[in-house]
Amino acid sequence: MKETMESGIFHTTYQADMTLRRTHAQKIRVVLLLIAVVIFPFFADRYFLNLANQVGIAIVGAIGLNILVGYTGQISLGQGGFMAVGAYTTGLLTKIFGIPWYLSIPISCFFTALVGAIFGIPSLRLKGLYLAIATIASQEIILWVVTHWNVVTGGVDALVVPNPTLFDIRMNTDFNFYWIIWACVGLTALLTVNLFRTHWGRAFVAIRDQDIAASVMGINLFRYKLLAFAVSSFFVGLAGALIAHYRTIVTWERFTIDVSVLYLAMIIIGGLGSVSGSFFGATFMTLLPAVLTNLGRAVKDYIPVIDSFIPYIQQASFGLVIILFLIFEPEGLRKIWNNTKDYFRLWPFSY
Amino acid sequence: MELFIQYTLSGLTNGAILALAALGFVLIYKASDVINFAQGEFLLVGAYIIYAMIAQFGLWWPLGMTFTVIIAIGVGVTVERFVLRPMIGEPIISVIMVTIGLSSVLQAIVKMIWGSQPKEFPPFIPSDPVKILGATIGADRLWAIGIAIVLLGAFSLFFRKSREGIAMRAVADDQQAALSMGISVKRIFAWAWSIAAVTAAIAGALVANIVGVSGTISSFGLHVFPVVILGGLDSIPGAIIGGIIIGLLETYTGAYIGQGLNQVVSFIVLIIILMVRPYGLFGQQIIERV
Repeated sequence: MKETMESGIFHTTYQADMTLRRTHAQKIRVVLLLIAVVIFPFFADRYFLNLANQVGIAIVGAIGLNILVGYTGQISLGQGGFMAVGAYTTGLLTKIFGIPWYLSIPISCFFTALVGAIFGIPSLRLKGLYLAIATIASQEIILWVVTHWNVVTGGVDALVVPNPTLFDIRMNTDFNFYWIIWACVGLTALLTVNLFRTHWGRAFVAIRDQDIAASVMGINLFRYKLLAFAVSSFFVGLAGALIAHYRTIVTWERFTIDVSVLYLAMIIIGGLGSVSGSFFGATFMTLLPAVLTNLGRAVKDYIPVIDSFIPYIQQASFGLVIILFLIFEPEGLRKIWNNTKDYFRLWPFSY
Repeated sequence: MELFIQYTLSGLTNGAILALAALGFVLIYKASDVINFAQGEFLLVGAYIIYAMIAQFGLWWPLGMTFTVIIAIGVGVTVERFVLRPMIGEPIISVIMVTIGLSSVLQAIVKMIWGSQPKEFPPFIPSDPVKILGATIGADRLWAIGIAIVLLGAFSLFFRKSREGIAMRAVADDQQAALSMGISVKRIFAWAWSIAAVTAAIAGALVANIVGVSGTISSFGLHVFPVVILGGLDSIPGAIIGGIIIGLLETYTGAYIGQGLNQVVSFIVLIIILMVRPYGLFGQQIIERV
């Protein structure tokens, strides 16, 4: 039975039970979103295309982090370090060995997954706060290796990556790379949503909810925690690799602990443990500085002193947004969206 | 040999300041179970306020220090009341992120008011070179060590002997039991955050005396983590000893092994400690019961 809006579960076939989108309304929303994503680059100028690309890369990274933090409950502040691993790996493979980008990106994803699993080893003995501190240490160590291993990574100098080309078309214009990035976004989202319908994903969630009970039920904590780090770092490395080929310049400043904090903020504000939450949070936190800058420019004529304050206002608003969301809506933008949908679904019977 | 003494004294200075900053961290954790990622920013705020008092308003330094302490108490109480009170009972990741957000806001406010350029700090502690055991060290570093020792000793006594101190230890141990004994947990939280802000402000003032006032003071906060993990998150003597060890370790590494390594050695030590003995030297073992 196909309903327009959810009003109970009445599946009659296994296929109906396992679809990703059950009701007409959900399917229409997805199709509209896809159409919007496909049409957008034809009508947007460079500035907005650039923004959309940044948002796309952020979504990939946020989904990766959400797998680890939201679904498996392992707090990780090592995001910047893992993105650096992904970026530098693909950059070096392309620059030194001449491997084309469509091969070096997957290779660097797998390598980042390996590094992630290694730095996930402390999670076997540590939980909660102590794990967070261990991941801070891993972030600082990775960054130190990147800035001091001059022979391989060029140290503090920028690593310049050659432009990615496909059939001699330069792929990293804003327009061309848009398709690559958003194809990766779609792939990542689909893979992640399906991951949590497999036994791996259920094991991750069990670890988050009550790890001792999970281990009693036969889930090997060692194996699945390392897997969680690996899978999460795979996607995080993908985000880093995309940055490397999009910007063609890889510097360590793009991967400091502030980046780790930014991504954590994205998934907390968006909603922990959900792919749609990652979409919301990544979009919100990427667009926030841009919106503030434009607002500042618009107001500049009336309050001239604003201009020099804009970076500080951006930083203050970043912290303020985190604090306000955590105080007033700890489950994030996704909860707000769900509340809105529920309001319309249940109207006028909102009690 | 003189060089060794020089390095030791230098390491002890860093260690003493780290211990002061770590003290506030441990206090907040002991009393309210919160990890304050904004501790570095408390140091920053303290340093800039005393800069404002002495350099911009031209006050006599004890008066300036007193005002700084009062303002620090105000900051601590405000933060506890408006930012941390709503977070009671939330999962730890939310609390961590709230303090991270707070650190962003504090940094931005400081930069908005005073700009992001490093400032000349008129040192109010004399820095004439003093010879000890053949090594020369600026007197300001000795003063820093001395002040830190005095403060740490005073706080240790406070926690052992005074009513408020014992009340804080009771709240840290078991909030419910403390509440049923008539201790006002809200006031204890406010006390804990105020004392943490005050110790951070004093530590910030000492740092400013030695290296000047700039935005980099807040990165000191990141180095507090190895100190408190080594010493034990809920142990005050641990903070002191951890601070001294890490301070000496960083200085010796920088001097004898290489300049680059001293930034990262404390983080390597951090990971090793976390793997071997996560509760640190003096921390309380938390046995997880199902």
